[in-house]
Amino acid sequence: MVFALFAAPLVAGLVALAAPWRRAVAWLGALAAGIVLALGIALAARVEASGPLNDGVLRVDALGAFMVIVIGAVSVLATVRSVSYLTDDVASGHSTRRHAARYSMLVQAFIATMLLAVVANNVGVLWVAIEATTVVTTFLVGHHRTPSALEASWKYIIICSVGIAIAFLGTVLVYLAGVHAHLASPLDLTTLVAHAGQLNAPVVRVAFTLLVLGYGTKAGLVPLFSWLPDAHGQAPAPVSALMSGVLLSVALSAILRLRVVAVGALGPTFPRVLVLVIGLATLVVAASMLLVQRDLKRMLAYSTMENMGIMTVAGAVGGPLALSGVLLHVLGHGLVKGVLFLDAGEVLRLEGTTRLGALGGLLARRPAVGGLFALGLAGLVGLPPFSLFLSELTMLRAEADAGLWWIAGDVLAVLAVVVAAMFAHARTMLLGPSDASTTSPVSFVVPLGLALGAAVWIGLVAWPLAHLIALAARVVA
Amino acid sequence: MSGFANALASAAVVVTVAAVVALWRRRLRSILLALVVQGVGLGAVATLLAVHERDAGLVVVAALVLGVKAVLIPALLARVASASPDARESDPLVNVPASLVIAGLLTLVAFVAARPIVAIVGGPSGRLVPLGLATVLIGFFMMVARRRALSQIVGLLLVDNGVALTAFLVTSGVPVIVELGSSLDILFGVVVLRVLFARLSAIGVRDLDQLASLHD
Repeated sequence: MVFALFAAPLVAGLVALAAPWRRAVAWLGALAAGIVLALGIALAARVEASGPLNDGVLRVDALGAFMVIVIGAVSVLATVRSVSYLTDDVASGHSTRRHAARYSMLVQAFIATMLLAVVANNVGVLWVAIEATTVVTTFLVGHHRTPSALEASWKYIIICSVGIAIAFLGTVLVYLAGVHAHLASPLDLTTLVAHAGQLNAPVVRVAFTLLVLGYGTKAGLVPLFSWLPDAHGQAPAPVSALMSGVLLSVALSAILRLRVVAVGALGPTFPRVLVLVIGLATLVVAASMLLVQRDLKRMLAYSTMENMGIMTVAGAVGGPLALSGVLLHVLGHGLVKGVLFLDAGEVLRLEGTTRLGALGGLLARRPAVGGLFALGLAGLVGLPPFSLFLSELTMLRAEADAGLWWIAGDVLAVLAVVVAAMFAHARTMLLGPSDASTTSPVSFVVPLGLALGAAVWIGLVAWPLAHLIALAARVVA
Repeated sequence: MSGFANALASAAVVVTVAAVVALWRRRLRSILLALVVQGVGLGAVATLLAVHERDAGLVVVAALVLGVKAVLIPALLARVASASPDARESDPLVNVPASLVIAGLLTLVAFVAARPIVAIVGGPSGRLVPLGLATVLIGFFMMVARRRALSQIVGLLLVDNGVALTAFLVTSGVPVIVELGSSLDILFGVVVLRVLFARLSAIGVRDLDQLASLHD
């Protein structure tokens, strides 16, 4: 059952590799993403009814099922938009059919590696999966082959490889601690969690620090984050949507899972302080970079970093309430940020630039593109009725409940700065007079509108995800 | 010390010394040779541990390490070297004598940092863990102190090899499935880097200083 998850991306990827590229190949990719989403929902129902599913080194618990749903949902959005993206790219001569085919194949491989990362129950397999996401996404980042795109992909693979090497060292030390404690399967995540108390504390301390730094690189956390704005700025819009919307959260979910082992071995203080310091530093760096942004896509990238910071801080605080907030935020942010990046891609295609200063009057000139951006931005900064309002409130409330008032205060202060900065940038870009007004095609408006609708739905109604999120939060609380 | 301990120590020292040589030499061919030697040293460490522990799985890992790190990866990079036979690191950010002094200091740091790990591993392999960490640190240093794109790849490989050495020494290697996955990942990673390098060269970029269009 768990292995079935990989079947659809595998088939769609192989078809893209073997058949000459046509629109249908891209649609097949979207279908594969839809199947992943459907399987995620089925797995969630199964896990809610009868507990986690084990399948060799793979295991789907509530958190795994939830992350599969997040991957599926954002992938559907990104792959549906990839259809028109690739069609336009081929039609305008920006890419050849071969490049389009390679793009389709790599996106499916990207989805498959992320799925592996969230259902791996072995810290070694988890590492292999996260490393593999880097390898498959490098060419996606450099898809356009311009000097800037190549520079971004070079930075991306070099910095992420360093991070992943650090994480491997951490994984080896976890294994050492497991072997030292005579665990039967020292890489097995469930075993490690169950016997965390027996692990050698000094070794786990070093291991957890390395793992947080290493996987933090992929999650866009301080200190190895400098690849993030470049890669997001240069990658094709659907790829940016996937990276910002899910890849970073997948890396964060790995840190959250490993945090449980660290808390079991070391007590709550050390993991909390370490993750908190990194989260707050990320938040401050991202907010200060947001203030000075002049480019739309880079602004969105730093906003992703800021959101990862918020979630990391709440993850450090821990507890079921904080983690429910984090997980709800993962889904809400994934959808809204996916929409915003896809919208930015449309802006780039139509206007030929993403420089904020050059876009003035977008709302009047292209009401659908500008309007969807404004709505997405409202969701992103956490205005009701979007689910990000609820998730941010939940995280702040959990921080205050844990007696960490100063942290909630810090986060709130940074959020205020971010909101002000984003609104100022949005005003530059959206408002202003324009003489002509053009409409956008249904194939652009409908998927983005539906995704925004979903982000409102999960905030207002919460059905059918509330129970799953509560269960998933308990896994890493 | 037993013969096993001596042989293991020699092989581990070869890995670290090869890292220093890669940092020291400027000619690409010499640096690649150092990488080959390092791969062989790493394979020797794995083989020695496999024989000592009578572990068949580890024999597979040793063969894999030799094949990937001593043959495949250097061969992939050698094609770059043959395209420009006298390619060399022209203008490093930190000159060679200073680099060697820093490598010495980093080795000292590794010995201090490895103490908690050495304490619980023990035995002939435990004492050698600092050499693995020293290789990692020298690799990091090479990545920040050299301008050439290819030097960054070499630095990254030194880091990977250092991590692999540490892994062998602390646990006699992680299980085969993980080792297989990580070797393949690293191999694919090098292929990707190699292709990117070719694309960068095609647009005339060789020094990373030329890559500075992306900033805030």
